[in-house]
Formats: sequence, C-alpha cells, structure tokens
Amino acid sequence: MWMNSTQWSGEHSFMAVLPVLTYPDSRLTGVSKPVERFDSALRDFIMDLEETMRVGPGSVGIAAPQVGNLHRIVIVDVSEKKGVSHHGKLILVNPEIVVRQGSLVGREGCLSVPDFTGNVSRAERIRFRARDMNGAIIDIQCEGYEARAVQHEIDHLDGLLFLDRLSSRRTDLFPRKKKS
Amino acid sequence: MNWFMLALVGRDQTGIVARITQALYAAGATLGEASMIRLGGNFTMMLMVRHAGNAAALSALVQPIAKAMGLTFHIDPINGELHRHEQPNVGISVHGADRAGIVARVTSLLNDSGVNILNLDSDVGGSEAQPIYVMRIEGQTTRSIEELNQVLAPLVSEGIRIHVDELDAMVG
Ligand SMILES: [Zn+2]
Repeated sequence: MWMNSTQWSGEHSFMAVLPVLTYPDSRLTGVSKPVERFDSALRDFIMDLEETMRVGPGSVGIAAPQVGNLHRIVIVDVSEKKGVSHHGKLILVNPEIVVRQGSLVGREGCLSVPDFTGNVSRAERIRFRARDMNGAIIDIQCEGYEARAVQHEIDHLDGLLFLDRLSSRRTDLFPRKKKS
Repeated sequence: MNWFMLALVGRDQTGIVARITQALYAAGATLGEASMIRLGGNFTMMLMVRHAGNAAALSALVQPIAKAMGLTFHIDPINGELHRHEQPNVGISVHGADRAGIVARVTSLLNDSGVNILNLDSDVGGSEAQPIYVMRIEGQTTRSIEELNQVLAPLVSEGIRIHVDELDAMVG
C-alpha cells in the first residue's frame, strides 16, 4: 500500500475518511453501546471519525453510529463559528447530559440526512459528563450553538435523528424561547 | 410521469387531506413537497403531485372529492425540482400592531436590497379590538445583519418591531 508520510498520525495508522451512513440506513436508528476499553484502537477510530467530520460540508459534529460504529463516541467542534461560545474540540466518550435548562429553537441539518434542514427545539444550556479518549472524566457546561451540537450528537447514540424532533415552521412564529 | 401543483382551498373540515391523498395514491400518483395550513378558518393546500396523465386526468381524480366537500382547486404543470433545497442564511421577525402595508413595505425594502425570500409566514393574533401582526421571513442575502437593520430602520422608527438574525444551520 502506498503511504505518504504526511498522512501518518499517531503511532499506528494514517487517518482515513470513513463512509457516512445516510438515512434510512437502519444502523442510524440503533442504540449504541458504551465504550469499555480506552485503547489505541479507540484512539485510531476517533482520529478517523474526526477526519470524517472535517471533510463533511460545514459539519461541526459527528457521532460514531454515523459511520456504522454503534459505540457511544461523539466529536463536537464549533470553534470555527464566529461569535459562538465554545470549549474547542470536544471528544466525548460515553457522554451523558446531567442538566438541561431553557429551550431554544434553531435550525439543524445532519451529515446523514442530505438536502434537508429543519427547526428543532433544544435545551439552551446543558451540563454533561463524559470520558475523553484516554478515559479521563470530563464535566462541562455549555450553551447555545455548542449545546445544540452536543445534544444532536448524543441523540445519534440513542438512535434519534433531528427528524424525530422537528418543530413546525409556523408554530415558531410565536417563539417559545426564553431569553436568559 | 409529470409534475403538477395542486392548489386547493375550502372551509376547514376533517378528512380533506386523507381523502385527497388517498384518491391520488389509488390512481398511482406520488407526492412531492407540500404545504397544508389553516388560514383564517380556511384549509389551504399546495401539493406537488407526480402523475402519468395530464392535468385533466389529475383534475378528474380531485373533482369528486372537491365537489362533495365544497372545495375549490387548481392544477398547473410544473418543473418538479426535488433535492435542491436552498438554505436561508437570514431570518427576519416582524411584529407590531396590525396596520395596512406592513408586508408590502417590509418585503419591498428587502427586495430592493437583494434579499431573496424563501419562506414567509404571517399571522394575525391578539384580539379583534387590538390585532397584532406577526411575520417571519427566511431568505438569502449577501448583506450583513447590520446592513439589513439599517435598511429596515425606517419601519422600526414607526414602532414596528423587527429582529434580523443570522441563520446558520447546525450540521452534525
Ligand atoms: Zn447528525
């Protein structure tokens, strides 16, 4: 196999862009299992997952089941969006939302649902716990756009797509969002 | 197979959607994008229909139901362009005491500044004595939020509330 040295990353493999499943692939509606081993295979997979997210058109997050790996792993990185509060690149293994506050309607799209966007109501602020790729505990509070991305990705782990949570365009004429 | 737009209007009553779509389905027609909404007590529907026959054949399917339910309808051949959604990048919320000309003035100002309107929903709330007008527009623009705020400023100074926000779909 031909390998260019610039493609190497880490100690083993070079990064690969994985094929993204698109709806109605049944794996997108399955429930993902918790990760138990924080080993080099996990880290290699996460690098590929990140690479796949980076090449997605405008995507700021990805979840493992979107590439057919039904384990509880997501990546969120909204740092490129201007005017948005964020925590940089978030690699979350076995994430769990522990607090949800407020609600805000915003538009979402999905790498797994081409040519469709819709309005979805999400918690405005969340606090979540997860492990990083080495198994260390992460405990973060976030809000707005970043919180939306985290909730969208964690939904993927439970087999839920934003299509399951669409709100009507018209009911949003009288927005229910609570400004803080 | 040809694409048609079926526009249908009538007094709102139960079963309109089910009966129309069942008749179309039974005749081998398929549906595309649709908007069905109640406006001031009227049921309104715009429905993309793909059918092997011509407009007259499609009309013959809808006619008996329309007659029985007191609905009027209209069918036009169209280009059925699915899978080509345009993404709005700006949202404009407008509300205020209902008065003549709000829609015309807002949309004219937006049009003059090159905003391409993709969706417009409006509603009248409040009471008969004090109606309030609410409108939401989504569109595409190359202008900044500040520029659009300046464009709409004359209306704001008349007491119409206008909020312009950037729409940036979160894709993940
Ligand atoms: Zn998604």
